[in-house]
Amino acid sequence: MQFDSFSAFLAMGGYGFYVWLAVAFSVISLGGLTVATILRRRTIITEIKNKYNRIERMRAAEKMENTL
Amino acid sequence: MWKWLHPYAKPEKTYSLTGKMLPWFAVLSVIALTVGTIWGFVFAPADYQQGDSFRIIYLHVPAASLSMGAYLSMAIAAFIGMVWQLKMADMAVAAIAPIGAVFTAIALFTGAVWGKPMWGAWWVWDARLTSELIQLFLYLGVIAIYGAFSDKLLAGRAAGILALVGAINLPIIHYSVEWWNTLHQKATISKLDKPSMDSDMLWPLLINLLGFGLLFGTLTLMRFRNELIIRESHRPWVKKLFIGEK
Repeated sequence: MQFDSFSAFLAMGGYGFYVWLAVAFSVISLGGLTVATILRRRTIITEIKNKYNRIERMRAAEKMENTL
Repeated sequence: MWKWLHPYAKPEKTYSLTGKMLPWFAVLSVIALTVGTIWGFVFAPADYQQGDSFRIIYLHVPAASLSMGAYLSMAIAAFIGMVWQLKMADMAVAAIAPIGAVFTAIALFTGAVWGKPMWGAWWVWDARLTSELIQLFLYLGVIAIYGAFSDKLLAGRAAGILALVGAINLPIIHYSVEWWNTLHQKATISKLDKPSMDSDMLWPLLINLLGFGLLFGTLTLMRFRNELIIRESHRPWVKKLFIGEK
């Protein structure tokens, strides 16, 4: 352990502002990219499901018209 | 001998294989990044000249290395897509570009906040920084071109050409610190003789390099799979996957 206390760790020997700014930017941008990728997957799957459900409904409607 | 590889040219096989690989990449990258970052930020000794500000290295160097590694893999994928006309190679290009852009942005940003206390400037127009900035624009260009065409076959080809041409920037970034007088320091670990860094500082850096590499793999797999199901959404295997038989 290089630091005596938690406040010393936060201070980073006087460079705290720069070090934590670098950490914050890295965490936020990598986290953002990961979340965006996961959300995109969800949207794609919903769109695919909607698409096939629509086709299914259209087929069902056609069938009904034929029987009437 | 290599015939077993052939079924993986089928999108559905690739989708299930990448799905099996994904959790391994994700878990291992989280472990490596946790170990490397805690070791680097808490246990590694402070630098005798730079004090604790040098700890930015544990984010800066892995991000910068992987930003170039990502470009190289994107350019290879673009080449494969161009020569063998493989659709999935174009999807890999599209999947990698945003990840590379984020890694490059992190390398530039962490470099700036490291440069301010050490050099006294957020930014200087020297060879290393400028060529890395050009790499960011190349990534953004690939993303923009791929997004600009609704015909994804054409989009992949156009973006691939830019990705390939831009690869000339890679040796320029790497050798910039030797070819020109720059404020940026020369290579510390990516040289042939012994790394000029104490092993207590070096180990966490190598672990974080591995962690960033695995994270790059994880994100690439995720984005590639996204790209795959959206481009193949009209095919029966995708329907079977999300709707079931019927």
